[in-house]
Amino acid sequence: MKTVELAIVGAGPAGLCAAISAASMGSNVVIIDRCKDIGGQLIKQTHMFFGSEKQYASRRGIDIPNILLDELKQYEEKIEIITDATVLAIYEDKVMTILQGENYFKIKPEAIIVATGASERVLAFPNNDLPGIYGAGAVQTLMNVYGVKPGDRVVMVGAGNIGLIVSYQMIQAGVEIVAVLDAAPTIGGYLVHASKLARLDVPILTGHSIKEATGTESLEKIIAWKLDEKWQGIEGTEIELEVDVACISVGLTPLSELLSQAGCEMKYVPELGGVVPLIDQNLETTVNNIFVAGDVSGIEEASSAMVEGYIAGLYAGKKLGYSLLDFDELVDDYKMQLNDLRSGHHGDRIRNGINKIMRGEEKC
Amino acid sequence: MLEKTGIVTRDRLDSKINELLSSPKRKGAILECYEEIPCNPCSTSCPTNAIIIKPDINAKPEIDYEKCTACGICVYNCPGLAILVLDMNYSESKVLFKISYELLPIPNNGDIVKGISRSGKEICDVEVVKVINGNKQDHTSLISVAVPKEHFKEFVTIKVGV
Ligand SMILES: Cc1cc2nc3c(=O)[nH]c(=O)nc-3n(C[C@H](O)[C@H](O)[C@H](O)COP(=O)(O)OP(=O)(O)OC[C@H]3O[C@@H](n4cnc5c(N)ncnc54)[C@H](O)[C@@H]3O)c2cc1C
Ligand code: SF4
Ligand code: SF4
Repeated sequence: MKTVELAIVGAGPAGLCAAISAASMGSNVVIIDRCKDIGGQLIKQTHMFFGSEKQYASRRGIDIPNILLDELKQYEEKIEIITDATVLAIYEDKVMTILQGENYFKIKPEAIIVATGASERVLAFPNNDLPGIYGAGAVQTLMNVYGVKPGDRVVMVGAGNIGLIVSYQMIQAGVEIVAVLDAAPTIGGYLVHASKLARLDVPILTGHSIKEATGTESLEKIIAWKLDEKWQGIEGTEIELEVDVACISVGLTPLSELLSQAGCEMKYVPELGGVVPLIDQNLETTVNNIFVAGDVSGIEEASSAMVEGYIAGLYAGKKLGYSLLDFDELVDDYKMQLNDLRSGHHGDRIRNGINKIMRGEEKC
Repeated sequence: MLEKTGIVTRDRLDSKINELLSSPKRKGAILECYEEIPCNPCSTSCPTNAIIIKPDINAKPEIDYEKCTACGICVYNCPGLAILVLDMNYSESKVLFKISYELLPIPNNGDIVKGISRSGKEICDVEVVKVINGNKQDHTSLISVAVPKEHFKEFVTIKVGV
């Protein structure tokens, strides 16, 4: 069995930044991703990123993986990237089993950073299995990876940032957005993204959800209705939307199963999107030498995923016996950036959530 | 209401516009960024440091019209497409806007296109004066548009072709 110093699961923004900082300390790193393209969620983001310019805000998401890969190049001899390879399990002794095509193999790392990101939630309503009903991630993959228009008339369900941004991307691709629905009484995503849609004449209907979908072969109509304060549909408020696509974007949930398997202590934290590991300030889980970074430990942004990646990479490097002259300064700066990113009112949820999983006395 | 529909209310917009109108030059960037979000490219891209985001990245951007040269760099760097540059002194009957634009087709200099309001309604014909779409703009064109003076409070973007 191959032994490695540090294995990173996931080559999204968190995993790539973790690799940069661990390699900068001298560690040998193997990065494993189940996709053939590097970059995780970023490869589908054709829009200008919001966030801090320190994490490449204002650049387009799709361009960021290459910026990070360029940085990784300076450590070329220390880094191995294995793509198209799924990590199936991490055992308590840290042995990792990997499936790459037909090829099944094991590696034994001394330390692991899990940066597997998140998966989309689904929404239950009658006939939600009709062809034409997609998750936002699938719509983005069709459009932005394969260049295929998902449909002609679309209703978006979910006015969080993803729902708003993907609606805008569809309009750019020539698709008509008939309406954006959201069950909550107010828009969840950033208002600047909502205003972009409003000025393109897209109605945003808050306090509304899907009652049912109809269609024989594929989706023909979405019946939406108003919700009361208890989020129950109100009879008599139905509106019919003639659409060929309904795009569901009702949130993400951390892909944290590998951590449960590895024996990390886990907790269900709604603010962070689902089941997440308990961690300390250094992003280490309750299992020695298993670290986390990015959406897998709480749904946030690429900007915070990158900073967490840098932090996890530094501490993993340190545990492997490497050092850096300016280690403390770097870590302090990254932790300050994280605090800054999370300090606004959109950060309230994240801060509450993190307080529930943070071990040790110093909380953020 | 902005929080429910994405359309800003009159009073919130007016207070932004009035800030510009009461500045001596009566031209500069209007930052339609009404909410605390972790974002700062407007501030870091501005060559004259006219946009301040303090004490941390979540604060709403504030503009100093003494420093703003109305160059438009922040306009195409804002991922929220939330910034307009407005010049009240363009001509007797018209004001000049610089807007960011990311749809196809991209208009040409001299085109007459529709002026659009914040709720997506057509308000009047407007003239495309200049289109800048180079590497720096990275696919977010910076478009200068001459707009009849009477509509300067409604205008926010354009619709090209139909
Ligand atoms: C529409 C949309 C717009 C967004 N806009 C912005 C924005 O403007 N600004 C911003 O900061 N953020 C934005 N984000 C959020 C951002 O994309 C995510 O927060 C970020 O990608 C999370 O990074 P990550 O590295 O944790 O996870 P991911 O990017 O999800 O990467 C995880 C990687 O792990 C791999 N993986 C998972 N499981 C396994 C396994 N078992 N074995 C091997 N590999 C595995 C996956 O293939 C994937 O490549 C947006 C997200 C979406 C969906
Ligand atoms: S228009 Fe130019 S000078 Fe004015 S705030 Fe924007 S970038 Fe700065
Ligand atoms: S860049 Fe745009 S969205 Fe971001 S803070 Fe500045 S004005 Fe607001």
